[in-house]
Amino acid sequence: MPSVLGATLAAVIVGGPLLPQWALFILTIAFAQGLVALGLMLLLRAGLVSFGQALYYCIGAYTAGGLARAFNVSDVFLQMIAGAATSALAAFVLGFLLAKYRGIFFGLLSLALSMILYGLIVKSEALGSTDGLNIAQSTLFGVRPASAWVRYAVAVAAAFAGIGAAYLVHRFLETPLGRLGPAIKDNEIRVEYMGASVRHAIHVKYVIAATLAGVGGALAATTVGHIDPEMAYWTTSGEFIFITILAGTGSVLAPFLGALLFGAIHTLAYDLSPHTWQMSLGTALLLVIVFLPEGLWSLFARRRAG
Amino acid sequence: MDQIGPVVVDGIIYSAWLFIAAVGLTLIYGVMKIVNVTHGSFYALGAYAGASLTGAWLARGYPPMLSYAVLLLAAVLVTLVFAPLIERGLLRFMYAKDEVVILLITYALFLILEDTIKLIWGVDPYFVAEPYALLGSFEVGGLRYPTYNLILVGLALASGGGLAWLLRGTRVGKLLLSVIHDPEMSRAMGVNVGRFYLVTFTFGSMLAAIGGSFTAPTVSVVPGLGVDVIVLSFAVVVIGGLGSVPGAALGAVIVGLARSASVHYMPQVELFVIYSVMAMVLAFRPRGLFSIAEPRRI
Amino acid sequence: MAVILDARGVNKSFGAVTAAAEINAAIEADSVVGLIGTNGAGKTTFINMITGYLKPDSGSIHYEGRDITALAPRQITRLGILRSFQVPQLYSSLNVRENMLIALGIMLHNAGRGGFFSRSRARPNVPGHDAPAEEVAERILERFGLAEYREKNAQVLPGGVRKLLDIALTLAAKPRVLLLDEPTSGVSAEEKFAIMEMVMKAMKAEGVTVIFVEHDMEVVSRFAERVLAFYDGRIIADAPPEVALGDPDVRRYVVGGELRRMDERAARA
Repeated sequence: MPSVLGATLAAVIVGGPLLPQWALFILTIAFAQGLVALGLMLLLRAGLVSFGQALYYCIGAYTAGGLARAFNVSDVFLQMIAGAATSALAAFVLGFLLAKYRGIFFGLLSLALSMILYGLIVKSEALGSTDGLNIAQSTLFGVRPASAWVRYAVAVAAAFAGIGAAYLVHRFLETPLGRLGPAIKDNEIRVEYMGASVRHAIHVKYVIAATLAGVGGALAATTVGHIDPEMAYWTTSGEFIFITILAGTGSVLAPFLGALLFGAIHTLAYDLSPHTWQMSLGTALLLVIVFLPEGLWSLFARRRAG
Repeated sequence: MDQIGPVVVDGIIYSAWLFIAAVGLTLIYGVMKIVNVTHGSFYALGAYAGASLTGAWLARGYPPMLSYAVLLLAAVLVTLVFAPLIERGLLRFMYAKDEVVILLITYALFLILEDTIKLIWGVDPYFVAEPYALLGSFEVGGLRYPTYNLILVGLALASGGGLAWLLRGTRVGKLLLSVIHDPEMSRAMGVNVGRFYLVTFTFGSMLAAIGGSFTAPTVSVVPGLGVDVIVLSFAVVVIGGLGSVPGAALGAVIVGLARSASVHYMPQVELFVIYSVMAMVLAFRPRGLFSIAEPRRI
Repeated sequence: MAVILDARGVNKSFGAVTAAAEINAAIEADSVVGLIGTNGAGKTTFINMITGYLKPDSGSIHYEGRDITALAPRQITRLGILRSFQVPQLYSSLNVRENMLIALGIMLHNAGRGGFFSRSRARPNVPGHDAPAEEVAERILERFGLAEYREKNAQVLPGGVRKLLDIALTLAAKPRVLLLDEPTSGVSAEEKFAIMEMVMKAMKAEGVTVIFVEHDMEVVSRFAERVLAFYDGRIIADAPPEVALGDPDVRRYVVGGELRRMDERAARA
């Protein structure tokens, strides 16, 4: 796995300059959304579906935005770190409550929390209300890249963040705590009877997932150059869930590939026919749920194994 | 304090709308144990069908007073086309799956229906205001309200009362209660559970469609109409308790009054208040205020 | 022999139902104790109070001299008191080997070994065992005759094998006291003795004190060194099996027809 991740990073660094601007944009957004989906995957392995990951995506985005506008910090790495920190803190606090819930109730509570943030921002003039706010162009390590190179620079930063995160999650999944996910999903009672705290395990995974989403949000904010409350809306959470289901939980790479596929479909389908792309999405989701419950990655894994 | 009058009246009108929009969702959850995201789609379908059919009706010069019947009929018809198709064609094969998976399936259906609506009705707004203006207005505490809003209140009372009578007073209602409590046992006793699911899904969706249809004259009907309704309905239903009809009424009143109060006194917290109440109910009384759902809480 | 588990004056009621009335029982280390009694007599309540899932209304429970009455179930598990389940609690989406590895993984996690900040190539020893998880898993599976089912999914295992796995999983935690809840229920008559033989042999080798709840008196008389008979929340007999099973009160309130059959079989033999 580390070699595959390293190769991907190298591919982005080397191949990036050859890609057109729109492709770099899609690639960066794919890393951003992939980060959120990676976190969702971690929770999904423990049997939990969060309907409100957009909460942390938005917190990350507005943290980055706040940093940029209020403190003139446009360094993309600082923005990502700040986004991670605020999200982690929020999740640490909220996790005490959420780790007690399962199934639909976990989903609905996470949804409610994200809608609370949405409600706050939408009605807040200071935070830009429904129009949102614009953010200045990114810098890296104090250097402002030439206009033509900004997209590439951000894409490389995104790749570092995404692949770095994937590696860390991969290592986490090999620890005893990381491996508890499927056990918790399968038979929580047994896990408790063996002396482990399921609540603690879920709390940890929840904070990790939120942190990843925060980084993703900060990245998205700086790439798009604009933040708005829609980032906390339930439909945004829905997109992340879509990507996670589509990709499957088989590998830390899957969420990123899923996000890339989503971005590609979105762009292509939208260009072809703007009024049927949601239908295509819905149909794809339905087909995956019914015929490939392990996600598209399972096709890939099957071919490698068999 | 002279704001209290308008706050209450606005609150009641909004509560009525919320109840009609949400009661079908709680009914479907109560009977079928599924959280149905297509609920919002049926609301939108009802709005579009109502607006387009009533618009056509009025354009042909037919009696405007009958447009209310057309709104109702439109909602009923559009539901009868789509609901059985969805339930028999897809959902009934999925009941064995996990409730979250079924929710995701209904979410996928919602996405599909969003574009289906665009394909059928196009993307231009429908604005059919005549039924709204037709009934004039009435005065409460020095403020004028369109009389049309009383129809919403009337519909809410009728559907609430009707459901209560149905569930408690009729034989069918009692069978429904047994299906709610134990589908396996009911099936073993010879109850046609499948048919109950079909009827419940259709009826619950129809209520959403009626809500949408009767809202149509008060707004500009545009794509994406159902998106807000879904999450608001979730809030109402969760507050009252998943599966409880009186709960939906209580939830609607709470959310309606809370919203009305914040709109009048502190508009910035409008949405915040609604979803905070939802979160607090989930945190402190996860079953909601009357509920049959058992939250998996550890 | 030293007393490892000591219940003193334990009482527990659920409303009008008395589940435990002045229960006194001192369990000696390395012994095998059988708990018998009809359903509702208080055996399961007793086990639940020992494992911490129920708190007594009054009285106390001591383990290795320490008062554990108020401890949380997780803490009690970590002290070395484990239980098995009447309905085997397995990870049904995983195979037998993976089930064992999860159990061992939890031990590592509880001891803080092999976590995120340890060296990635390290294969730490499972606490209490002196080898990494993969080896210990193999060892325990062999001990219980489960090695051949290694790759089989837990869901497809035959009933007796599921029971064995459920009990084998507790060995991962290096129990000092093991409470078996009806270890042979739902198992075919031919398998019962074989399963208990295997379990008892493994437990003796590890020096585990075994307390088991059973309804099958043949199993009880064969494997228990001491029998506690429960009735209506009280212990009505506390003696070696031959004595306890012959006690007239026990016959009346607990054993009934079953022992009659055993006598008849013994008389015919």
